[in-house]
Amino acid sequence: MANSDRDASLRACDTFPKLLLRNAERFAHQPAFREKDLGIWQTWTWAETAQEVRAFSMGLKALGLERGDKVAVIGSNRPQLYWTFDAVEAMGAIPVPLYADGVAQEMKFVLHHAGVRFAICEDQEQIDKVLSIKDELPSLEIMIFEDSRGMRHYQQEFLHEYAATQARGREHDRANPELYLDEIAKASGDDIASIMYTSGTTGNPKGVMLRHRNIIESAAHLVQVDHMTDKEDILAYLPLAWVGDQIYSMGEGHVAGFTVNCPESSDTVLIDLRDIGPTAFFSPPAIFENFLTQIQIRMEDALMIKQKLYAYFIKVAQRCGVQVLEGGEVPFKDRLLYRLGEFLIYGPLKNNLGLSRVRLAYTGGAPLGEEVFNFYRSIGINLKQLYAQTESSAYCTVQRDGDVRLDTVGPAGPGVDIRIEEGEIQVKSPGCFLGYYKNDEATRETLTQDGWIRTGDAGYLDDAGHLKVIDRAKDVGTMTDGTLFAPQFVENKLKFFPFVREAVAHGDSRDNVTMFVVIELEAVGNWAERKGLAYSNFMDLAGLDEVYGLVRECIEQVNQGLAQDSAMASAQVTRFLLLHKELDADDGELTRTRKVRRRLIAERYKALINALYSDADNVDIESEVVFEDGRKSTMRARLKIGEAKTFSPDELRRAA
Amino acid sequence: MEQSHASGRSLTEPGPNASERGGEVILECRNISLTFGAVKAIINVSFDVKRGEVRAIIGPNGAGKTSMLNCINGFYHPQEGEIIYRGTVRKQMRPYEAAATGIGRTFQNVALFRGMSTLDNIMTGRNLKMKTNLLTAALHLGWARREEIVHRDFVERIIDFLEIEAIRKEPVGRLPYGLQKRVELGRALAAEPELLLLDEPMAGMNLEEKEDMCRFILDTNDEFGTTIALIEHDMGVVMDISDRVVVLDHGAKIADGTPDEVKADRNVIDAYLGVSH
Repeated sequence: MANSDRDASLRACDTFPKLLLRNAERFAHQPAFREKDLGIWQTWTWAETAQEVRAFSMGLKALGLERGDKVAVIGSNRPQLYWTFDAVEAMGAIPVPLYADGVAQEMKFVLHHAGVRFAICEDQEQIDKVLSIKDELPSLEIMIFEDSRGMRHYQQEFLHEYAATQARGREHDRANPELYLDEIAKASGDDIASIMYTSGTTGNPKGVMLRHRNIIESAAHLVQVDHMTDKEDILAYLPLAWVGDQIYSMGEGHVAGFTVNCPESSDTVLIDLRDIGPTAFFSPPAIFENFLTQIQIRMEDALMIKQKLYAYFIKVAQRCGVQVLEGGEVPFKDRLLYRLGEFLIYGPLKNNLGLSRVRLAYTGGAPLGEEVFNFYRSIGINLKQLYAQTESSAYCTVQRDGDVRLDTVGPAGPGVDIRIEEGEIQVKSPGCFLGYYKNDEATRETLTQDGWIRTGDAGYLDDAGHLKVIDRAKDVGTMTDGTLFAPQFVENKLKFFPFVREAVAHGDSRDNVTMFVVIELEAVGNWAERKGLAYSNFMDLAGLDEVYGLVRECIEQVNQGLAQDSAMASAQVTRFLLLHKELDADDGELTRTRKVRRRLIAERYKALINALYSDADNVDIESEVVFEDGRKSTMRARLKIGEAKTFSPDELRRAA
Repeated sequence: MEQSHASGRSLTEPGPNASERGGEVILECRNISLTFGAVKAIINVSFDVKRGEVRAIIGPNGAGKTSMLNCINGFYHPQEGEIIYRGTVRKQMRPYEAAATGIGRTFQNVALFRGMSTLDNIMTGRNLKMKTNLLTAALHLGWARREEIVHRDFVERIIDFLEIEAIRKEPVGRLPYGLQKRVELGRALAAEPELLLLDEPMAGMNLEEKEDMCRFILDTNDEFGTTIALIEHDMGVVMDISDRVVVLDHGAKIADGTPDEVKADRNVIDAYLGVSH
């Protein structure tokens, strides 16, 4: 390639490695990555990052990496693993991130399906998992580990250390000084950047092939809509293998040139959040729900005066907080009270959570309860919902500042088209994926001839063009009386209560709705302690009559709410039971992004569902649990079945 | 009991440096007897600990295990017998003198400073290594500050090693028991001991905590080459992680050997495993 052609290609900024080169010049001395190591935040500037990436990339080349090779990236959010994406892409190879908490057998499918040749692992734990299945992975040739702790005695010659690979790369670079830029220039935005395997709530994972331009253009739109600059700080703690992290930490980070902060360990995220005080914060609903639960638990234990103040000012916030945030009309007295509340309650609360500097908070991946959503916005956190899927590079709708509504996920983002075909949401966007890797059948099912993604979600566009998502189309059923049954709708209402961690509603082709409820150990445990109730473990606690009573009250409140909406009145919950264990991704009951696998649960706990629809008042259950290391064991329990009062709309009206 | 931990390496597998083990004897107890008035706590017990091994002392309640550890540690002084540490017969010494010669320990009932943070507790383990005097330390003068940085770095490495970053600043009194045990191990490691005495490191823990602790003990032995003598109640754990086991019963030694030998020993089966007391 002639030098002028090469330079023109490099200037196009249409791939991640090219953006990195640009940032190394434009933002040379600004922090690109930070990581807390031995208790101290370490910083790498964009210029340093570019050097680290170059060294590792050339090291991979020296180890024999070829264009088109698949490279697994397994581990938590470490700068070195983020650099791996750039390093691999620079050589025209394709990174395939895996969920670090997956067990070896789960990883085997992806590693095998993708035909991975190199595996970049964070530490001994990940290396051990891959080694345990290596015999079944003929394509896997080279494994690299970042953290060398415990690796001293591993003699296999296909194992390499990250730093040693970089050293080898620097040497290779000196011998072939043009190679690195030549390789980067060969790629364009139409080449595949990475393959993201979706955990999927049904069947085997599918490898979503995303091109550089899919991610970069989607990220550029998001950066523009939210006015993000190179001065943002984000905390990268969500799984590398989740498309959301790919677009925020990698995509927006590279496009805007801001700082990606990596936590010290997965246990310290909340501490690191307070250290960093990010300006933008992305999180699945579970985290926001968890924060709120924590606040509620801690307020229960607080002094009476604090409880009173909290209750009073939260009421003020509920009355006028959202208007204050959006710059609407607020009476002078409320404005004053809100100021005082900010000083006394909201400010300290946000500071405690590490959200003081947050200009922008996003949630997505699953619907967030309206009450939770409202809570954050009312105390001045600009929380917005995102609706998107891996197939559209996590970019679809964006709620615009000043036009955030609780019941919708906002209008289509710039460059995105949304249409509703037979009740199903379909999307066409710059982020639209190339196809599923080695799965043409699934690609044909999901991607139409003219480039629309079938999301599989049921929903509609309202008059203002805001998208309203009802549920997974496959999950929406009809009850025997013809009422539309959207399980998540009912579940989310219940999940607002701090005592409820997870809920699974049943009702398709049934006369009434029943529910499995998983209690929130911390909140219910705390409640039980204050009530002086003795319990030894989760199963024990979930079996207490008092706890059944507690959950019954929550359900009856939900029922009251449902009864007010005549269309939903027959979706009230009549019978429920408290599961004896938490739903767990290791047992396959949740995906790695904590979505409920409905079908599998319905299958596994068929006996429980049958009992809910009989007149039995208890049921025996035997279930298999898988420990973190893959061992299995069985749990036996007798579960009680609770009944909840339902309300008729007329009754409520009379009472009012 | 089949035991393995999250990283997949089996606990039953001998440590990778097994060949380096069992070399030179680092500690030898010869004919130790210890009495408190009329109570005979230890009766004529002899055994040795070799450099780099994991040595377990087991036995039923009241067998004299902790007393034995207290003798080695310099806390008790046996009436008879001698303790030979690193080739020389040890005179009567106080625990801090024993610590200065490279013997560290943890206690059966956690003995941490409850109001202090994890970090500060582990820092106290560096006490013997610190050279600055009270005045320079109080004024935080240059030398004292430089020294603190060096020690803090070492302590941070221990925190990283034991994976307790999340509780660095937490007062230990508020921590669950399993974590307190881990902090105590951290404090013992801070003194860079050659020989580490662990008194029931896994008592009162659930299975997961036990597996974690096993991994830290094996990793300590492996990474730092620390020789470990531990007392344990849980037979399964001991058999999995120890190179050699000595069995005490009513103050007397009834068996000594590899886990397999001890498991097959008639006396042990009768005294400990089979016949109930």
